[in-house]
Amino acid sequence: MSINATLLIQIIAFVLLIWFVNKVLWGPLSKLMEDRQKKIADGLSAAEKGKHELELAEQRAKEVLKEAKAQAQNVLSQAEKRGSEIVEDAKIKATEEADRIKAAAQAELEQEVSRAREDLRKEVSTLVVSGAEKILNKEVDAAAHNDMLETLVKSI
Amino acid sequence: MGTVEYIQHHLTNNHIGEGFWTFNLDTIVVSFLLGALIVFVAARLGRQLESGKPGGFQNFVESILDFVATNVRDAFPGHNPIIAPLALTIFLWVWLMNFMDLIPVDLLPYLYQLITGDPHAHLKVVPTTDLNTTLAMAFTVFALILYYNIKIKGVVGFIKMFLFHPFGKFFVPVNVVMTLIEEVSKPLSLALRLFGNMFAGELVFLLIALIGGTLAVGAAALFWAPLQAILDFGWLIFHLLVITLQAFIFMVLTIVYLGMAHEDDAEMGH
Repeated sequence: MSINATLLIQIIAFVLLIWFVNKVLWGPLSKLMEDRQKKIADGLSAAEKGKHELELAEQRAKEVLKEAKAQAQNVLSQAEKRGSEIVEDAKIKATEEADRIKAAAQAELEQEVSRAREDLRKEVSTLVVSGAEKILNKEVDAAAHNDMLETLVKSI
Repeated sequence: MGTVEYIQHHLTNNHIGEGFWTFNLDTIVVSFLLGALIVFVAARLGRQLESGKPGGFQNFVESILDFVATNVRDAFPGHNPIIAPLALTIFLWVWLMNFMDLIPVDLLPYLYQLITGDPHAHLKVVPTTDLNTTLAMAFTVFALILYYNIKIKGVVGFIKMFLFHPFGKFFVPVNVVMTLIEEVSKPLSLALRLFGNMFAGELVFLLIALIGGTLAVGAAALFWAPLQAILDFGWLIFHLLVITLQAFIFMVLTIVYLGMAHEDDAEMGH
């Protein structure tokens, strides 16, 4: 039971054992555990980051969708406007064309009427001359009585 | 063999040498074997470590490591890479050496006597019931305490601690005595607590063993033998708690003492 040289041996044994435990047990195993902890932490933070990125992407997608919708709306309304413009334009053009055609037709009509009138006049004058010839039984010199005939035709 | 001889025989180390140069062979061999067991098992485990899916034994060892690391974190300020392996070594080694106490007291000595052929051969199998073992660990820890006291506080700071702690500068002689007692009591309490607990535990096992051994003669054995078995079992269960607790206490106090050694006087003094 007394204290003796065993003490020295035990001190050496203890120190050696501490060294060995540190070398073969604590060192590798605590490193492994630390690495694993780090790995887990990294994985968790990566997952968190991924989640965050997903959220961001979703938000961005929403924004892009909104923008696209707005653009589409814009295009649509512009097209509508342009369409109504075209229709309006076409209407105006058609009216103009119609007016023009109407005017041309009127002019032609008037021309036709005046031509018919002219023809009629000539006809009447010939008719009057031949009528007068028959009445007088003699030839009337158209040239000689041209003046009279002219006045006659004009009075018709 | 009488009761006193029986107990004395059991409490005598198998030794060689005389005076101070006596070597307790049983203490040395058993503690070396247990230390080698730790190293061997650790080395075997080290070859098949798996990070992804640790097996059962690795899980068990990892939980011990975690337990020790948690204690170090809680009780030790700052960082020193030597503290955790030191604490782990103490816990494992002390626990294993204490565990030798749970092996039936007569089994190993009896086997040893059979092998050597000497019916009076001594064998004390629990290294922690040898004061040399507990003192060896306590002195090693004490050396570390002194080393870190001086390393962290500096020689001047260390002397200051003796002069001005705990009562301030007007009680220098008292302070020196108090601090001296405080410091010396650290290794002594470490060593004596473990030794005392294990020695007493061993003694109780011996006394319980005596119930069946010396009292049971003839028909009385029918009463004494079962009583011994029941008492032995009860004490074994209780002692399982004690050996774990003692290993834990030695470890935690080592951490705490070294933590105190790491405290700079400038922080706690003013």
